[in-house]
Amino acid sequence: MAYEGIITRIGKEKLTEMLRRMLEIRGFEEKIRFLFLEGEMPGTIHQYIGMEACAVGVCSVLEKGDVIASTHRPHGHAIARGLSMDAMMGELYGRATGCCMGKGGSMHMGDLSKGMLPAIAIVGGNIPVVTGMALAFKLRNERRVAVSFFGDGASNEGAFHEGLNMAAVTKAPAVFVCENNLYGASTSIKRALKIENIADRALSYGIRGDIADGMNVLDVYEHAKEAVDRARSAEGPTLLELKTFRLCGHSRRDPNNYMSDEEKEEWKNKDPLPYFENILKNNEIFTGEEIADIKQSVERSVEKAIEFGKGSPEPDPADIRKGLYVTMEVPE
Amino acid sequence: MRMGIAEALRKAIHDEMERDKSVFCIGEDIGIPGGYGGAFTVTLGLEKDFRERIIDTPISEAGIFGAACGAAIMGMRPIADVQYGDFLFCAMDQVVDQIAKLRYMSGGKLKVPVVMRAPVGVTGRGAQHSQNLESYFMSCPGIKIVAPATAYDAAGLLKSAVRDDDPVLMFEHKLLYGSKGIRAESGSIDASSDIPEDDYTVPIGRGIIRREGQDITVIGSLLMMHFSLQASQMLEGVGISCEVIDPRTLWPLDLELILGSVKKTGRVVIVEESPKQGGVGAEIGMQIAENIPDYLLAPVTRVAAPNTPAPFSPTLEKLYVPQPERIADTIKRLIEEY
Repeated sequence: MAYEGIITRIGKEKLTEMLRRMLEIRGFEEKIRFLFLEGEMPGTIHQYIGMEACAVGVCSVLEKGDVIASTHRPHGHAIARGLSMDAMMGELYGRATGCCMGKGGSMHMGDLSKGMLPAIAIVGGNIPVVTGMALAFKLRNERRVAVSFFGDGASNEGAFHEGLNMAAVTKAPAVFVCENNLYGASTSIKRALKIENIADRALSYGIRGDIADGMNVLDVYEHAKEAVDRARSAEGPTLLELKTFRLCGHSRRDPNNYMSDEEKEEWKNKDPLPYFENILKNNEIFTGEEIADIKQSVERSVEKAIEFGKGSPEPDPADIRKGLYVTMEVPE
Repeated sequence: MRMGIAEALRKAIHDEMERDKSVFCIGEDIGIPGGYGGAFTVTLGLEKDFRERIIDTPISEAGIFGAACGAAIMGMRPIADVQYGDFLFCAMDQVVDQIAKLRYMSGGKLKVPVVMRAPVGVTGRGAQHSQNLESYFMSCPGIKIVAPATAYDAAGLLKSAVRDDDPVLMFEHKLLYGSKGIRAESGSIDASSDIPEDDYTVPIGRGIIRREGQDITVIGSLLMMHFSLQASQMLEGVGISCEVIDPRTLWPLDLELILGSVKKTGRVVIVEESPKQGGVGAEIGMQIAENIPDYLLAPVTRVAAPNTPAPFSPTLEKLYVPQPERIADTIKRLIEEY
């Protein structure tokens, strides 16, 4: 049977958590998309639909002390890292109960106490920061790993170059996860890169490059595990490219008119959720009925989170000047 | 012991690294055996005592400041430096978008205790190794800015910066370092002080009156503090009594000290080495104009560089940087007119 080995290695408990997290991301994103289009939610959103296997596959191999950093598209990473959907929804509504007390919003979702830096929404911006977090672990001889998530577009930024090179020369325990979803906003990767695999760029830093199927959570898990284990054992950083696709727009109200119908159809058929569900059913981990139960439970959690967010208090007007400096009030 | 700024900073960094294992230095050419100890010898020899914690990097400013940011968030106390302040622009996203904003974006949940060191000053190197960048960062909430004019303040402020839980950017002046050997700087001004052997700090946010006077307040930091003192000495002969203030910290400004002095004298000249447009003087001057308009006997006045990049020609450079004579002339004219 396909995937029997890895399924056994991961075990039912973890597989359940992985499926649940992927379903949570999908359910969360689909709901808030609706809330945004209805005009009920403020701000803007960049969604993770179709890429669930990437965040969940990587975060499933991490330990409590590890830390991740994300991008302007952070909802999936936040759920995969275990942030509460209530606190995330509070943040999306800009309420005082949000994981960043309403100061961050969609693009800065995160909570360091849960192992996720508030997301950095400048493309490529988190990469040197992750190198620094890993460097701190190394300087203190801690067996912790820092993981940077970024997209194909970020690999053309200077920060990518500087961050990876610095991690390479300092042998920092970092993993650089490039979610290659083939488009930087509306621009095809073919217009922005002359190489097929972003992982090949690892060669120019003298670090390990690797590629996994970003639509298959088990493949992501296996490759991420190797990269994270190596980083933890002081064997240096890895650039791990995940081949994936957005099954949604770049940002709110983007209808993806720059993608062909064939391309959309092709990737829709690779949707990571039914793919993973089928593997679990074929390996008799879950019945269809059990999966339906999980889906219902996830739906209830998302509904509950929305109620929590909507019902949360607005920030206090005095909060605007709070939380900037540790040691002083904001000067006038 | 008598020390120049470079030596005093070296001792302060050494003290802090000895005191706290989470302190480390990261920068270019800072600890290469046989090298310079950074562009102006500040870290010279520190690698002998702290090999693991003096991190020499590739030429990679965004990498340096990004790494300092990440390490600080994870509980370290990095001291990151650039060889010339101008290179901070290469790291601008890391400094302004990450270091300055991450705490606020997190809802006040994390800390980014980074110390950033940057040499400034117009010193015979043309437009790209000369800029005084203070005003760029004074318009960026989230960072404290210090600018010591003496060795005593440099060491004391460095220690305060390392122990501060917020990001602190320290501007140091190339002509004030007192660097020796192959990195000695021509045209240097003596900024040395007696540095106590015992631990001390200079608080961030506190300026100092360098010279007491009655007729006019002159405000200048770094090299401009020394030139302002020279100008006030020149004016002594013609019976003009200047009060010279060294802000030492540019953000948060010591408004109590500044406003108190201007209330007393009724006149103020702000001296800065950078172009007048959108400068340090604009902020300090408006603080005075907004807060104590009724005390002003004369318009708030600035002496600054022209609104151009720094020229190379030594003749033009001397016209560019406010010289003690130009400062004295402006003060004299102001006293005569008002």
